[in-house]
Amino acid sequence: MGKIVVPFGPQHPALEEPESFSLLLEGERVAAAAVALGYNHRGMEKACESKTYIQNIYLLERICGICSHAHSTCYVESVESLAGIEIPRRAAYLRSLIGELERIHSHLLFLGVAGHEIGFMTFFMYAWKDREIVMDLLEDLTGNRINYGMNTIGGVRRDISPEQCERVLKAMDQLEERTKYYQQVATEEETMLGRLAGIGVLSREDGLRLGAQGPVLRASGVARDVRRDDPYDAYSELDVRVATDTHADVYGRVVVRVLELMESYRLIREIVKNLPEGPISVKAPVKIPAGEAISRVEAPRGEDVHYTRSNGTDKPERVKVRAPTLANLAAITNMIEGGYLADVPIVIAAIDPCFSCTDRTVKLVRAESGENRTIDWQGLRQYGIDWYRKQGIDMEKIKISRKDM
Amino acid sequence: MGLSLFHMLVFPGFLFLGALSLALEFADRKLYARMQNRVGPPWYQPLADMIKLASKESIIPRNADKHIFRAIPAVALAATCAAFLYIPITGAESLYPFSGDLIVVLYFLTIPTLTFFLAGWFSSSLYAELGAIRAMTQFFAYEVPLYMSLLGPALLAGTWSLSGVAAFYNAHPALTLVNLPGLFVALFATQGKLERVPFDIPDAETEIVGGTFTEYSGRYLAMFRMAVDSELAVMAALISAVFLPFFPVNPWLGLAAFLVKVLFVVFLLTLMRTALARLRIDQMVSFCWKVLAPVSLAQILIDLIVKGALHV
Repeated sequence: MGKIVVPFGPQHPALEEPESFSLLLEGERVAAAAVALGYNHRGMEKACESKTYIQNIYLLERICGICSHAHSTCYVESVESLAGIEIPRRAAYLRSLIGELERIHSHLLFLGVAGHEIGFMTFFMYAWKDREIVMDLLEDLTGNRINYGMNTIGGVRRDISPEQCERVLKAMDQLEERTKYYQQVATEEETMLGRLAGIGVLSREDGLRLGAQGPVLRASGVARDVRRDDPYDAYSELDVRVATDTHADVYGRVVVRVLELMESYRLIREIVKNLPEGPISVKAPVKIPAGEAISRVEAPRGEDVHYTRSNGTDKPERVKVRAPTLANLAAITNMIEGGYLADVPIVIAAIDPCFSCTDRTVKLVRAESGENRTIDWQGLRQYGIDWYRKQGIDMEKIKISRKDM
Repeated sequence: MGLSLFHMLVFPGFLFLGALSLALEFADRKLYARMQNRVGPPWYQPLADMIKLASKESIIPRNADKHIFRAIPAVALAATCAAFLYIPITGAESLYPFSGDLIVVLYFLTIPTLTFFLAGWFSSSLYAELGAIRAMTQFFAYEVPLYMSLLGPALLAGTWSLSGVAAFYNAHPALTLVNLPGLFVALFATQGKLERVPFDIPDAETEIVGGTFTEYSGRYLAMFRMAVDSELAVMAALISAVFLPFFPVNPWLGLAAFLVKVLFVVFLLTLMRTALARLRIDQMVSFCWKVLAPVSLAQILIDLIVKGALHV
C-alpha cells in the first residue's frame, strides 16, 4: 500500500472540537502530520475592546467550558495589578478552592476521554460518573456546573458557609477513594497499559524546545508549575507539590494527571482548613489606570497567559489570551509522527486539547488550489466590496462612521 | 414439505434466529450498560433501531459499485442464516445434521468477514478502505486459532458433526473440562470475528470513523447490523454446542437449556468487552499468534493425548 493522506478532522469522532490534522500514512504508520488551526475563531479579543472590564470577566470566562475559572482568574488578576488592588485573603483562598475543584473536574474529564479514545468505554463511564460529584459540588458552591461566575475585580462574588465546607471535605474523601481505583486500573490493566505506554513520546529536550506546558511537560520530567513558580491567589501560602513523571509518553501524562488529582484533594483540604475569615471582595474602580499587565495562571491544561492594556477608560484597549493548548500544539506533530494511526486519537487527547480556547486567528485557504493567505481587516473589507461589486452592488457608497473601520 | 418449510423459516429457523439475535443484542447492551453503571436500553431498543434504520434514506456513494454495494449486506445475512440451520437448538440434532456440519458452519461464518472487507473496499471511501484492510489483517490473525480451538473438542469426540460431538460429551460429561483452554481461545477469537472490544479495530470509531461501514446507511446498514447480530447469535450457539454440549431429551427443556447456555456465552463476551480496552492492530496480531495460536495448539495436543490415554 502506497502513501495516502488521511484527513483527521476538522470533523472527526475523536475530536470534541473542530481542528484539522492531515496525516500522511504509510500503511498504518504516520509518516508526516500537519496541524491547521482556525476553525473556532470567535473574535473574543476584539469583542473585549468594546465591553467594560466587568463585562469582560463573563465574556472571557466563556473562552473555555472546562477551565473557565482559570481564564477569568487570569484576566481579573491582570486588571487588579493594573488597578493596584490587593484582594482579601479569604477571596484569594476561595479563588484557589474553585480553581482546584475545576482542575479535578478537568482531569476526571480527561481520564474519561482517554478511555474513550482507546475504546475503553467502561473507564469513560466510570470517570464521568465520578466527575458528577465535583460538578454537583461546584453547583453547590457557585450556582453553576461550569462558567461559575465566581470572580470579580477585587475578589469573589459568593462566600461559602461552614456546611458547604463540610460537603467539600466529604466529596474529597469520596473522590480520593475513586481516584486510587483509577490509578490502579491505569497502571495495572494490561490492554490499557499496552495502548498508553511508549506512544506519543516527547523527550524532555523537545518538550522544552517546543514550549510544551502543563501536564504534558511535567510528564517529560520538567517540574514547572505556575502555582509554585509564580504563586497567585492563595498558593503563596500553600505548599504546592509539583507532580512529575519521567515516562515522557501518554502513560506518563495519565500518571501525572492522576497524581495531580491526589494533590488537588490535599490542597483543597488545606484550603478549607485554613480558610481565613474576613470580607470576600474590595471595591474596585470602574475606570482602570493606563498601563499594561501580564498574568499567568496554572490552568488544568497548563499555563494560561493573559495580557491586558488599559488606556484609563472603563474599557480595555487590548486583551490578549494565550491558552495552554496553543503552547502544546507545537509539540503535537512531533508526538504523532512515526507512530501508528491507531494512536493518533489518544496522543492528541493526551495534551487534553481545547481548540476553541486556542484560536485567535483565521487563515483562508482556497479549497480548489490549497493556496492560503492571511487577511487583515482592511483587506477583508476590500474583498467584500469587490465581491459585491461583481454582483452589481456598490458598497463604496455606504458610509461607515466608526473610526477603526 | 410444509413442516420442513416451517422449521426452516419459523422455528428453529430464520424467524427464531431474528428474534434470538435481537434478544441477544439487547442482553449484550443491557449487561454492558449495567456493568458500566448505566441504565441501559429498554427490551425493544434493538428492534426499534432496526425499524428506524430500515425506514431511513439509503445513500450510495457516487463512486461505489451500486450492485455490489447493495448485494453485500444480503450476502452477509444469508451466510449467517445458512450457518444457523446446522446448529443444534432443541436437542442434540440440528435441523439438517450431517457428518461434517461443524466445518460447514465455520465456513459459512467466514463469509460475513469477507463481506465486511468487500463492503469497505467497494465503498470507495478512505476510512472504509482502511477499515477493510484492518478487517482482513485481523481475519488472518484470529481465524486459525478459532478453527483450531473448535476442532480440538471434535478431535477428542472423533467426529466432525455437531450432533456427534453432543452425543460423545453426553456420554462422557467430565471430558468437557479438558476443553477449557479451547473455550478461552474461542471467546477471544469470537470478539475478533464480531469486531467487538478488544478487537473492534476495523470499525474503531475514534480512529477511522465508521470503519468498513462508514458509507452504509438506511436499510443496507440495517441489514449489516442484523447480520452482525445474528453472527453473534450463531457464534454463541456454536460455542455452546461445542464446549457446553449438554442437551436434555425433552425439546422444551432442550430449548431452555440452549437459551441459558447462549446467554452465558454472551455474558462472557460482554464481560470481556466491558473490562478491556481496544488493542492496536499490531498488538492484536501478535496476541493472536503468540497467545491464542499456541493455546489452541496445546488444546489439540491435550485432546489427542486424552484420546490416546482413554481409548475412547
